This record gives sequence, structure tokens and C-alpha cells, in this order.
Amino acid sequence: MKRLFEELLAAAPVLTDGAWGTEMQARGLQAGDCPDEWNLSHPERVEQVARAYVEAGSRIILTNTFGANRIMLARHNLAGKAQGINRAGVEISRRAAVGCARVFASMGPCGKLLFAEEVSAEEVSQAFEEQARALADAGADAIVIETMSDPAEAKLAVAAAAATGLPVVACMTFDSGREHDRTMMGTTPEEAAGVLTAAGADVVGANCGQGAEGYIAICKRLRAVTDLPLWMKPNAGLPELLDGRLHYSETPQSFASQAKALVAAGASFIGGCCGTSPEFIRELAACL
Amino acid sequence: MSLFEEMQQAIIDGKAPVVKELTQKALSEGIKPADIFPKAIVPAMDEVGRRMRDCEFFIPEVLIAARAARAATDILRPLLVGDAAARPAGTVVCCTVKGDLHDIGKNIVAMMLESAGFRIIDLGADVSAEKIVDAVRAHDANLVAMSALLTTTMVNMKSVIEALAAAGLREKVKVMVGGAPVTESWARSIGADGYGKDAPAAVDLARSLAAA
Repeated sequence: MKRLFEELLAAAPVLTDGAWGTEMQARGLQAGDCPDEWNLSHPERVEQVARAYVEAGSRIILTNTFGANRIMLARHNLAGKAQGINRAGVEISRRAAVGCARVFASMGPCGKLLFAEEVSAEEVSQAFEEQARALADAGADAIVIETMSDPAEAKLAVAAAAATGLPVVACMTFDSGREHDRTMMGTTPEEAAGVLTAAGADVVGANCGQGAEGYIAICKRLRAVTDLPLWMKPNAGLPELLDGRLHYSETPQSFASQAKALVAAGASFIGGCCGTSPEFIRELAACL
Repeated sequence: MSLFEEMQQAIIDGKAPVVKELTQKALSEGIKPADIFPKAIVPAMDEVGRRMRDCEFFIPEVLIAARAARAATDILRPLLVGDAAARPAGTVVCCTVKGDLHDIGKNIVAMMLESAGFRIIDLGADVSAEKIVDAVRAHDANLVAMSALLTTTMVNMKSVIEALAAAGLREKVKVMVGGAPVTESWARSIGADGYGKDAPAAVDLARSLAAA
């Protein structure tokens, strides 16, 4: 595990990937469809997305498994397919990455609130353990916990991922509070670093929620309280609706210049979340 | 501290067992069930809304307070059936629109509206326009509150408004919308009556729409 990070960080910053959902929509994913299920029904289209990022210069690509825990999949009546969807997700990304990039498998939130007792800690743990095991068995190089807002849930996800023996990256989403420096549940970057590190994360960071500009301050605050490498995947700025369609405020060029500031603020792993595309990664590869 | 003030504090602090106990105490002292809403529950939840707006409270504190308020409303509702003085502030059909399974925001708004005295008909997530039309008719609702988290599903809000019009119900109900990608201008462009940027704003909006 140490060797993986030593090897990657020897040439830091390490370029990760951009958004997958919008790339899949461009290839026919409809509103209301389960994106993760495409690993079984449309593996060739998912592989096109993965390949687009590898070709753009990503040294790490993620997997189309963000919502593939059984609690989330149950909304689509797909809970029973959790293992197969995760396995296929890793296999697709590995095919696209072979020889060029590492595969860090994605795990997102379960979509229910623990503290509201919509779901028990035991159910959440079991769902994350099942997913993490399937991702590890399929040959992922590491696991990335993304878009967490509740520290209690993040802790369960990190513990489940760490139990596989794979390296674990753990990120929370800071989009709330007056300074946009809290998660939806009120967690600060300092609290996040503490909880994620204690749960066994090897890399901590932030993704989604806001643009790169806002994440510079978050990155500095994380840098000040942890020695772990930092992972940053901001959005392409702020979304705006024009004629009923969503547009993000940043261009690949403006995003890349903000990403440089993120690296200066201490980030080792850089990529993008909502609104970013292979074009953004290509620009980052040229600039960093 | 008066009993009402004590109840307010217990709701704000999210202490459901204390709220339950104080509600029973109030009733045993002869306080009218219909008085407990405006004097304890509504002002407490207004304060919770203010704290959320001012970023002193985040979702966990708000939900725990709303649950504490529910400890009181669960006791009071059955006592208020048929009490003309205790008519709900309005009946709200709420849901997340078709194709969208994200219900955390909708649930928070529903709980806040309920503790503000509204009757809530919660249709859940991924709800079709037909179901909303049927519920408005069946429950004689005067408000529809719709949520969407996805830019791809928010367009379905427009179809709901059109379906309400086609069913001849558009004059009868006010429509409010919210959710991460939703904006004031979007709300206006699809013909909604209002947009709530967060749960406290949704409560204010529901009140003004119900009074209009």
C-alpha cells in the first residue's frame, strides 16, 4: 500500500479524473436511470468514459460504482445485484486503465440519514462492507470514499474500505455554512480530518459542493491539521441554468489555473467533480 | 420560565422526551390543545428556522428539533380532530418529482411544515404528475410542494404544473418548488407560485401562499 502512494506521489501532483455522470448522459443515460447498473447493461459505454479520462491524462481513474451500495441500489430494486455491479465497475475501469492509470474504486453515501434513524449503523456498515469487498476482490488499487456529509456515515465507509487492506482515500463535501466551509451536517474541515484519519484513511480531502476557488481555503485548513496527502476534486464552479440547461461557470482553462493554487495549498491529488469533463483533465495535464 | 417557554426550549434543544412530558403536563393543567401550537411549537420551530438560516444550526440539529416537535404534535393531533379553532394552516401535498429518488431535502421541508401547523400528505420520491393530481383532489390540498435534486428531473416540475392545469386544479392550489439546482427564475419560468431556497424559506413561503 505504501509503495503505491510512494510511486504515485513521486511525481505529484497526481492527476485524477473528472465527472462521470454527465459523460454517461451524453452517451444516453436517462434521468431516473441507475448509473451504476450501466456496468452490467452498457459496459462498453462506461468503458468509453473511463478511456476518455485515461486518454486525457488521468493517472488515477475512478469507477462507476458511486451509488452501488445495496441501500442506494434498493431504490432501483437492484440491491441483489450489488456485488456484480461493483465487480463489473472495477473490471471496466481496469480494462481502460491497463498500463496507463491506477483504478481507485468509488464509494458514495447510502442516501439515508443515520441520525434520523432512517437506517441503522449496522445496515450501513454491512452495505459498505459488501461493496468494499466486491471492489477489492475485483482488483481495485485503492478505494475512494466520496461526497460524504455526515461524519458518522463517513467513518463506517472508511472502516469498511480499510478492512479490505486496500489504501483508502476519504473525502467530504463542503457546501454549507456562511463561508461554505461546513458539510451539510455542519462538519468543519478540521473535524473531517480528525474523523477520517481516526477511521483509517490514508489520504483525506474534499470533492463536489463548490468550485476550485472555494476549496483553496479548505485545502489550506486540512493541510494545517494533517500530514496525510490531500485529495481535491472540486466542481467546475457554480452551476447556472440557461434555457433550462445547466452550465458551469468555469472553463477548462480557468479551472486549471485555480487547480494550480490548490496544489500550492497542499493538494497532492487533483481532479474534478460535477461540470468537469475529459477536456478539463487534458487542460490540467498540460498545466500541472 | 413559563410552561410554554420551557416547551419551546425543549423543542429547540431537540429533547423529545421532555417535550412529551411537558405537553402532557400542559394538558393536565387544562391548557387547550389548540393553544399549544401557536404558543409553543410554532415559535420554537421559527427559532430553529432562524438558527438554520444564520448557520448556527445544520441539518442534524433541525431534524432532531423537528422530531421533538413531533412528540408534541403526535399527542395533540388526535385531540384536535373536529376542533374548528385548530384547523391546519393548510394541506400540503409534497414529493420529489418523477425520476428523482433524492428525498432528504423534501423530508426536512415536510417536517418543518408539519411543525409549523400544516397537514402533510407526503407522496415520497419519484412521484408522477398523475399521482400528485389525484392526491390534491383526494385530500383537498391547497398547496403542492415539489423537490428535485437533479437538473435532469427538475423539468418534470413543469409537467406537474401543466397536469394540475389540465385537471382544472391550478386555480385551487399554489405550487412551491425547491431543491439544489432550482432557482427563483426557474420557478418563475415554469409558472410555479414560489421558490424556497431552504427549509425555513419554504415554511415562510407556504405561510404566505396559504394566506394569499
